[in-house]
Amino acid sequence: MRDWLHRIGTGGLAVALLAFAGLAGAQFKIAYIDPLSGGAASAGINSQKHVIFFTDRINAAGGLNGEKIEVLSYDNKVSPQESLIVLKKAIDEGARIIVQGNGSSVAHAITDAVLKYNERNPGKEVLFFNYAAIDPALTNEKCNFWHFRFDADVDMKMAAFGDAMVNDKSIKKVYLINQDYSFGKAVAAAAHRMLAQKRPDVQIVGEELHPLQKVQDFSPYVAKIKASGADTVITGNWSNDMLLLVKAGKDADLKVKWFTYYGGGLGSVPAIGRDGVGTLKQVTEYHNNVSPTLPPEEVEFHKRFTDKSDEMYYWRIRNMFAMLQAAAKKAKSNDPVKLARALEGLQMDTPYGPMQMRADNHQLLQPLFVSTLSDKAKHDVEGTGLGFITDEKIDAAKTALPTTCKMTRPS
Amino acid sequence: MKELVAFSLLNGVVYGLLLFMLSSGLTLIFSLMGVLNFAHASLFMLGAYLSWQISRWVGFWPALVLAPLLCGLVGAGIERFGLRRVHRQGHVAEILFTFGLAYVIGELVIMAWGRNPIENHVPAAIDFAAFRLFGTSYPFYKVLMMGISVGMFAFLYLAFKRTRVGLVIQAALTHPQMVGALGHDVPRLFVLVFAVGSALAGLAGVIGGFALLTEPNMAANLGPIVFVVVVVGGLGSIPGAFLASMLIGLLQTFAVAIDYSWLDLFRAIGLKVSSDSLLREVWSVKLSQAAPILPYVLLVLMLIVRPRGFMGTRET
Repeated sequence: MRDWLHRIGTGGLAVALLAFAGLAGAQFKIAYIDPLSGGAASAGINSQKHVIFFTDRINAAGGLNGEKIEVLSYDNKVSPQESLIVLKKAIDEGARIIVQGNGSSVAHAITDAVLKYNERNPGKEVLFFNYAAIDPALTNEKCNFWHFRFDADVDMKMAAFGDAMVNDKSIKKVYLINQDYSFGKAVAAAAHRMLAQKRPDVQIVGEELHPLQKVQDFSPYVAKIKASGADTVITGNWSNDMLLLVKAGKDADLKVKWFTYYGGGLGSVPAIGRDGVGTLKQVTEYHNNVSPTLPPEEVEFHKRFTDKSDEMYYWRIRNMFAMLQAAAKKAKSNDPVKLARALEGLQMDTPYGPMQMRADNHQLLQPLFVSTLSDKAKHDVEGTGLGFITDEKIDAAKTALPTTCKMTRPS
Repeated sequence: MKELVAFSLLNGVVYGLLLFMLSSGLTLIFSLMGVLNFAHASLFMLGAYLSWQISRWVGFWPALVLAPLLCGLVGAGIERFGLRRVHRQGHVAEILFTFGLAYVIGELVIMAWGRNPIENHVPAAIDFAAFRLFGTSYPFYKVLMMGISVGMFAFLYLAFKRTRVGLVIQAALTHPQMVGALGHDVPRLFVLVFAVGSALAGLAGVIGGFALLTEPNMAANLGPIVFVVVVVGGLGSIPGAFLASMLIGLLQTFAVAIDYSWLDLFRAIGLKVSSDSLLREVWSVKLSQAAPILPYVLLVLMLIVRPRGFMGTRET
């Protein structure tokens, strides 16, 4: 028995050593930290595919200054505590950039931890690339030099809705329904500010905060929305909370306009079906009818990932790696501090207009699109025959909002 | 207002009946075997996935029958080849076994159908409006759900009270050794009960699958609330479980509709709470925000005040 164990032990050691030797070449390591198991895993796995896809493209083009990118994936189960544990592991394993997106609570934990680590370990700094956590605080009072955000924040997206609502006189009564945590509250607050500014004639007839990813049946909430007489609903709900909400709305024959942050997210369009045509709206940096022909990235993405649920949803991950590639070229170095400096103020063209990384708060400005579900779209979502069509395009420069960020930069 | 009350009532009843579908099998199994089956919600999930798969091949109505039967078979297998062996080691071993089983079923479901929610829509055969209320059409599948749930209750109640097997099961509830000594095959009774309980979970899954969301976490999401129903109703009592499901369904639904907080109550009785006073955050939580925790509050209160539940026959 002991002999047997011994043999497995040495065998394992040999394999580990071999693996280590294989990894020891010149590699630029990026740690992807997001949910890969549990309730939010579908979102985490989809964006993981994006990260792998776009880093492989960089590698095929020669890597970053000759260094190949290697993606290390870590499962954080959307838990801030879990994230801190895997963050330490990722840094120990040599990661120089941390990529994370799901959950603003997680992003807060990571940005604090990265700041602290970098202060204590000069010369070994790591960067934090945030592609989806959109609590405005991260680029305002809680901003720091190491954090870069590649998604428009809650306030920027709400302002885009404002542009779409300002001339729509059919909107008279608005209902706010959001998840009961920092992000949902930020959406509700942003909606109040935006409506007061752009549509003071609109009445907010109801406001709801429901528990995060706990509600199984949204019928009671929908009954309330109906009773309020609302003609429009604004919601930041994501994942199952979004899906079940529109599903309950469909069952109860709720006729409203849905202004959503994640209405195009996985599963929502199949859940609402034709009832969403003309009523389900979203604000994103991309949907597959932004231009008449699909960009080559999406065509290639679908060749590699063929499942129906493998939608190319995160154009911003494409923008993120385009920025990284350009920054590495500009800095002529892969040193994180130099990369960060090169990123500040960096401007680039995308197929849909210019984008820019703000130097003052590290928020990416990219074109935003408010779009509506339609049955006449050229390209559809998840094989439903329905797709999004742009109502309103907001150029990158126009999405900028004032910031309270006071950043200290390394000397 | 009348509309909101009417729809809340309807939604509450529907949700309550769904909870009953889920918990009836669990309470049945517990009543006879004393096994707190943590894998019960997993069988519910299995029912949802199987019915979706089968209905793609042969249509919805056959799936409505076949999926529960398959779940019953799986349940029988679990009892015969798993639980029966573990039974000798006592209750802790049984609980650990079903706990582990829930994980195994969850992983198998992920392997077979993936992590994302599947597109389990209301089948075309039953996707029409049943009636109109205040100008809103009410979907037929919810009516069907109510019908099945009430049918389940009637079946279980009558089977318990009016059939020989039911009487034997009732006797085995309190005196299993004696029932065995009288020549009844108690182990076979166990298999039967576990199979029926699992089939009921499967049947609930067929309907619950498209009423809710068919995804690998549905078992974990619904597991806790089902235990609340069973404990509040009284372990082993079918009418108790029915009563508790309805109560919890209505409680939760109406709580969502009520936008008052403690602050409003204080204001109504003339108390002033300044914005910096102690626990202000707590007082300002609206009842609608607290709705999802109400069943658990009820559970705790019940365990303190009346540990055997509404209609239970023995202490929890």
